[in-house]
Amino acid sequence: MMSMNIVKREPLPSWVKVLIPFAAVLATLALAAIPILAAGGNLWKAYGSLFFGALGNRFNLLETFVKASPLILTGLAVAFAFRARFWNIGAEGQLYAGAVAATVIGVYGTWLPPSLKIPAIMVAGFLAGGLWATIPAFLKTRFKVDDVVTTLLLNYVMLHFVGTLLFGPLQEPGSSWPRSPQIMKDAFYPVLIAKSRFHIGIIVSFVSVLAVWFINDKTVFGYQSKCVGVNILAARYGGINAGMVILKTALISGGLAGLAGVGEVCAIQYNLIMDLSPGYGQTGVVIAMLGNLHPLGVALSAFFFSVIGVGAQTMSRMAGVPVYITGVMEGIALMVMLVFLLLTEYRIKWSKS
Amino acid sequence: MGEILDNQPAIEMRNITKRFVDVLASDHVNLSLYPKEVVALLGENGAGKTTLMNILFGYYQYDEGDIFVHGKKVSFSTPKDAIAAGIAMIHQHFTLVPTQTVLENVIIGVEGGFFLNLGRAKKKLLEIEKRFGLNLDPDAIVSSLSIGKKQKLEILKALYRDAEILIMDEPTAVLSPTETQELFGTLRTLVDRGKSIIFISHKLNEVMEISDRVVVLRAGANVAERETSGTTIPELATLMVGRELLERLDHGKVAAGATVLDIKGLTVKDEAGLDAVDGLDLEVRGGEIIGLAGVSGNGQTELSEALFGLLRPESGEIVILGAKVPAGKPAEAIRAGMARIPEDRISTGLFMDLSVKDNMILKNHTEAPISRRGLINMKAIRAFAADGIARFQIKTDGMEAPSKSLSGGNLQKIILARELAGDPKVIIACQCTRGLDVGAMEYVHQTLLREKEKGAAVLLISDDLDEIFLLSDRIAVIYEGRIMGMTDIAEANRERIGLWMSGVAS
Repeated sequence: MMSMNIVKREPLPSWVKVLIPFAAVLATLALAAIPILAAGGNLWKAYGSLFFGALGNRFNLLETFVKASPLILTGLAVAFAFRARFWNIGAEGQLYAGAVAATVIGVYGTWLPPSLKIPAIMVAGFLAGGLWATIPAFLKTRFKVDDVVTTLLLNYVMLHFVGTLLFGPLQEPGSSWPRSPQIMKDAFYPVLIAKSRFHIGIIVSFVSVLAVWFINDKTVFGYQSKCVGVNILAARYGGINAGMVILKTALISGGLAGLAGVGEVCAIQYNLIMDLSPGYGQTGVVIAMLGNLHPLGVALSAFFFSVIGVGAQTMSRMAGVPVYITGVMEGIALMVMLVFLLLTEYRIKWSKS
Repeated sequence: MGEILDNQPAIEMRNITKRFVDVLASDHVNLSLYPKEVVALLGENGAGKTTLMNILFGYYQYDEGDIFVHGKKVSFSTPKDAIAAGIAMIHQHFTLVPTQTVLENVIIGVEGGFFLNLGRAKKKLLEIEKRFGLNLDPDAIVSSLSIGKKQKLEILKALYRDAEILIMDEPTAVLSPTETQELFGTLRTLVDRGKSIIFISHKLNEVMEISDRVVVLRAGANVAERETSGTTIPELATLMVGRELLERLDHGKVAAGATVLDIKGLTVKDEAGLDAVDGLDLEVRGGEIIGLAGVSGNGQTELSEALFGLLRPESGEIVILGAKVPAGKPAEAIRAGMARIPEDRISTGLFMDLSVKDNMILKNHTEAPISRRGLINMKAIRAFAADGIARFQIKTDGMEAPSKSLSGGNLQKIILARELAGDPKVIIACQCTRGLDVGAMEYVHQTLLREKEKGAAVLLISDDLDEIFLLSDRIAVIYEGRIMGMTDIAEANRERIGLWMSGVAS
C-alpha cells in the first residue's frame, strides 16, 4: 500500500512565490472545467464567452473595471490586516458600515457645500468601516478574544443593523421595500468615461493600491505592522507598541472595506439596500490570499475575479453554463491557492508501507 | 532489518554528499555507529551536522553515497522509513502535544486502527519505563512537565517505536546542569540495554563525558575521528574550529567607573503570580562585567524581562545613569541606552521570516537616519545593514536573505550588530552563547569584552559557570530571586559560588 507523507521541503527560490498566483489561476481554470463540462457546456465556448464577456469590447472591459473596484478595496482590506496577523474576515460588515455612513450623509447632509459632499462621504465611510473593524481588534488586544470569530460574527450584526435601519429610520418614506431614499445628486460619484459606469471610485481603488503599497514598504508603520505579524513578542521587545499597531491596522483595513461600501452606494445603487454587496467582503479573503497579500497581487487577482464575475453573465447566455460558476471558481481558487502555499513549504512524498 | 552483530556497524554512512542550490552541505562524509556505542558528532554551526542527520533520518535526499543499517543498504525517502528501520531522532525543540497526557503523546501515530486499546499501550509503556529506568507518570499532562521530563518523554516515544538508534540533536542545550546529569544517566542505561546513540553537541566537556568516539565535521566534511579516551578538550576544540582557542580571554583591566545601572529593590512576579525576583538590588558600574550566576529558574528570566521592559515589575526601580527608566516599556529601555541580548534569540530576539536587513533595524527603526517623520529611508537602512554585516562578519547570502537561512551563531551576530550599534551604556546579555559553537562563542565573548573596555556596564546572565569565570570582573549569584552573594573575580572560588547557588550563605 502506498502511504502519503507531508514533509518539509528545502527552501524554494524567491521567484517561485511570484509565479504561484499565476499557476493558481491556471489550475483554477483547469479544475473549473470539470463542473462546466458536467453542466453540459462546451469548454472552449464557455471560456471563450467568459473572457469575451469580460474583456471583449469597450463596454464589457469598462464594466469589468467597475466590478473590480470594490473587490480591490475589500481584497486590500483583508491583505493589509492579514499581513499583521489580524485575521479580519469581516470586510463584508465593514463595507456595509461604510455604506451606511455614505447613505446618511448622502441623504441628510444637505447643509454640506456641494464640493465637500463627496470628500466628506469618503472620510465618513472610511471611518465607519475602520471603527467597526477596531471593535474586534480592541477585543483581541485587550482581552485576547479570537479575531476570526469576532470579525466573522460582526458581519451578521452589521447586516441586521442595516436591516433595522432600512425597515426603520432610514427607510424611504412611502416605500414598503427595505431601501433608503436616494442620495443627493451631488453625492453621486462622477463618471469619468462617457456611456459607461467608469467612476472615480475606480480611481480611488487604484490609489488605495498604491497607498497600501507605500505604507507597507516605505513607512515606519508598515514595518511595524509586518513585525507584529511575524513575531509579536519580538516586536514588543523591539519597542513596538503591538496593541496600537493592531488597532491602527484594523482602522485602515476596515476603512478600505468601508470605501468599497461608499463606492457601491455613490456610484452603483445611489441608495442603500440589503443586498448592496454580493459578498465582496468574503471574496476579498480569496483575493487577498491569491494576491499573496501584496497590493499589486491583490489588484491583479481582484481583476481576475471581476473578469469571472462579469464574464459569467455572457457565458451563461452563450454557453448555457449557470452564473453560479462564479462562486464555484472562487472556491476552487481559494483552495488551489492554499494548497499551493502549503506546497511551497512542504512536499508530498509517497512511500510504500 | 538484518541480523544484529556487535562487530557490524548499526549505521554506516559512506561518502554522503549533499548539494543545496549552491552550497555543498555534505562533502563525502563518512560516519559509522556500532551497537551499544555513543558517537558524538561535533562541529561548528553550519559544519553540516544537522544536514547529515536530516539525511540519515530521511528528511533530505542525498546526491551521492550509501547508507547501511545493520549491513543492509537502505534508502529512506521519509522519516517514516527511518523510524521503521529503528532510527529515532530527538529534536532540540520538542514535538509534543502539550494538552495531552504522556501516554497519549507516546502512542500518537503508532496505535492504528479505529479503536484505541489504551490499556495495552499503557502496559507496554510501563514495561519500557521499567526496563530503561525512565519514570514518568503515563497520565500526567504534558504541559505540566519540566523540560527534563519532556525530554524523557521524547526518549520514551522513540523506545515505544522500538528504536535501536537514537539521534539526539543538542539534547543538553535546554537542560539545567542537574537535568543534563540525569540525561547522561539515562543514555548510559540505554546503551547498557543495547541501544546506540548519535549525540550532537557543541559542549566539549559533555562530549568528553558521554561519548565513546567523536566524529568532527568542519565545512561539511570529516576532519577527524577520535576515541574519546584518547583525546582532550583542547584537541577537539582545535579540530573543530581549525585554530587554537584562547584559553583565558585577555581582560583589559579597566578601572570600573561610576554606577551606570542601578537595580533597586526589584520585585517581579512570574506567570504563576509568585515573586520570581524578590527585592533584588544590584549595581553595575561602567567598564565592568558582572556575571550573574545561578541555577536556571531562580528569577534570571524574569529579571531580564523586567530590565527589557517586557514585564512590569511589582515594585522597585531600574535606574540608568541616575535617571529612572519607566517600567514595562521596551521602548524606554532602548531610549535609556540599553542593549538587550535575549535568552531566546529565536522567539524574542528575531523575526525568522524577515530579512537580515529588517532584523538589523528593529532597535533603531524610529530614529534618524533609518526613518524620518514616519518614513523609512531605504538607503540608510542598506548602509546600516551592510555596515553591521561587515563589522560583525555575519555569514549570509546578503541582507535580503531570510534570517531563518542563517546559522545560530550568525543569528546571534545579527542581534549583537543591532543592539551594540550606537554605543550602548548598559548591556544585558542573557545566556548569550547558548547553543553556539566554540568559534561563535568566542566571538560573542570578545565582543562583550570590547564593549566593556569602551566603558559599557555589562550584566552577563548565564547558566554556564565557565563563561561567568571567563568574562566577569565581579560575580554575583542569584538564588530564589535575590542576590545570594557577590565577589570579586580575584577572590572567587567555585566552591563558595556553588554553595551560594544552592542557597547556602557563606
